[in-house]
Amino acid sequence: MKIVLPTKLIIISLFLFSFHFIVQAQENEEILEMPESNSTCLKCHGHKYYSFYNENTELTERKLMNPYLVIDSISYLHGEHSALACSDCHSEEYNTYPHNCELKIEPKLTCVDCHAFEVIASEVKKSVHMEAFGDVFNCELCHDPHSNKLVKSDMAELVQYNNNRCLNCHNDVDKYQIYTTHENPQLIATHDWLPNQALHFSRVRCIECHTAVTDTADAVHHIVPKEQAVRNCVECHSSNSSLRDKLYKHQSKEDRAEFNFYNSFILNDAYMIGANRNSYVNLISLIIFGLTLSGIFLHTFLRIIKRK
Amino acid sequence: MSNNRLYLYPVWLRIWHVINAISIILLGITGISMQFTNLESPLIRFNSAVSLHNFIGVVIIISYSFFFIAGILTGNNKHYKLKLKGLIDRLYKQGKYYVFGYLKGEPKPFHISEEEKFNPLQKVSYFGTMYLLVPVVIITGVALLFPEMIIEKFYDMSGIRLTTFFHSIAGFFILIFLIIHLYVITIGKHPLKNFKSIITGYHEAE
Repeated sequence: MKIVLPTKLIIISLFLFSFHFIVQAQENEEILEMPESNSTCLKCHGHKYYSFYNENTELTERKLMNPYLVIDSISYLHGEHSALACSDCHSEEYNTYPHNCELKIEPKLTCVDCHAFEVIASEVKKSVHMEAFGDVFNCELCHDPHSNKLVKSDMAELVQYNNNRCLNCHNDVDKYQIYTTHENPQLIATHDWLPNQALHFSRVRCIECHTAVTDTADAVHHIVPKEQAVRNCVECHSSNSSLRDKLYKHQSKEDRAEFNFYNSFILNDAYMIGANRNSYVNLISLIIFGLTLSGIFLHTFLRIIKRK
Repeated sequence: MSNNRLYLYPVWLRIWHVINAISIILLGITGISMQFTNLESPLIRFNSAVSLHNFIGVVIIISYSFFFIAGILTGNNKHYKLKLKGLIDRLYKQGKYYVFGYLKGEPKPFHISEEEKFNPLQKVSYFGTMYLLVPVVIITGVALLFPEMIIEKFYDMSGIRLTTFFHSIAGFFILIFLIIHLYVITIGKHPLKNFKSIITGYHEAE
């Protein structure tokens, strides 16, 4: 079979093109590792089912793992604690199975045993969660230490990741009932006043409206009662949008004036009526509007003069 | 009936015209109010402006569809058909009349008849508004009523941002048209003569 020159060129360039991507993919591939000792725990806690040899019955038994005790090893690897061994936070005694019953009621290591979160702690103290539950409320109810991470790359992913922290309880009847006797919140119904609800839920975080507005970056931990949540659209939909100090806090510093747009940082991902005006377009429309009115006034003036 | 009275605007057209006029004024006010919201002194409360704008948006979709279909059925759309040959010349003549001739008391360059109820400038601006700007504003407006359906990204730009851009620019020019339209109809023997015509349906030839 005779292959003509253009076909050859296409085949060669396709080969080079795909090679380029393979190399690039390899370069981008992060090497993710966790301590080897974790594999002992994840052998059971990394799966929905676990098996063990029961010496009493002399049988290998397969059981269902409590779904709240399943650790997603991929999320763990991508989380900010991936370098930690399970035993860094959990007792070494968990290495034996069946686990000692006493372990369940022993106080656990908490986040503040390693991290100094003074400002956050003082904000959390004022939050509605703390008021309702007191010290039972802790960091890990929102920030699962097995998967917690900072999402910076993609705004949509960041919003979804953040909102899932709230939805973990507020959209899960069973988990919600552990901490409260309230009925499960009807998220869709309580937010039915919000126009384009689905769009709002996917573009902004719950905490945009449900936290107090202050200047510190940690203020997002001061969750306010629902009566105090933002309900006034204009708080965000205006040229001095409060999103500047919340969701787009970091972007707003970098990117303030692309083509003279107000709140231009939002435009990379979305558009917000009221917040994304453009001073050039404003000026041009004012000029056109002014010229129209001037023409009309001049014509009226001439009509009046001529009539006399 | 005297011969210098022409019945140009049938009842359906007058009803449509008044609904269209009121809707466009309200859409303009609510649209501007949403675009220029501010905390201290909102023109109309944002929530109310959004609801009202959406509601009247639906009204204008229905009223435009009616205008479009009735135009075909009654043949009214023939008045909007542009004859390109010599158009510039006719536009120049009519423009010159409005700017100079009318003020000097010269005779009108074009006369209104049942076959030709718009002068060249009216024809072009009415065609541009009703068959270009209004469809753009309606299509983008329907998309913005269901923003979840708009494509997320168009190249590097938010799809909603692009849709809103066309929606507000077309809306702005419709408002400019409205202002000029309201003024130009006062040009006549008597400033209120044309207002009377759109209520009674009869055009009084001069």
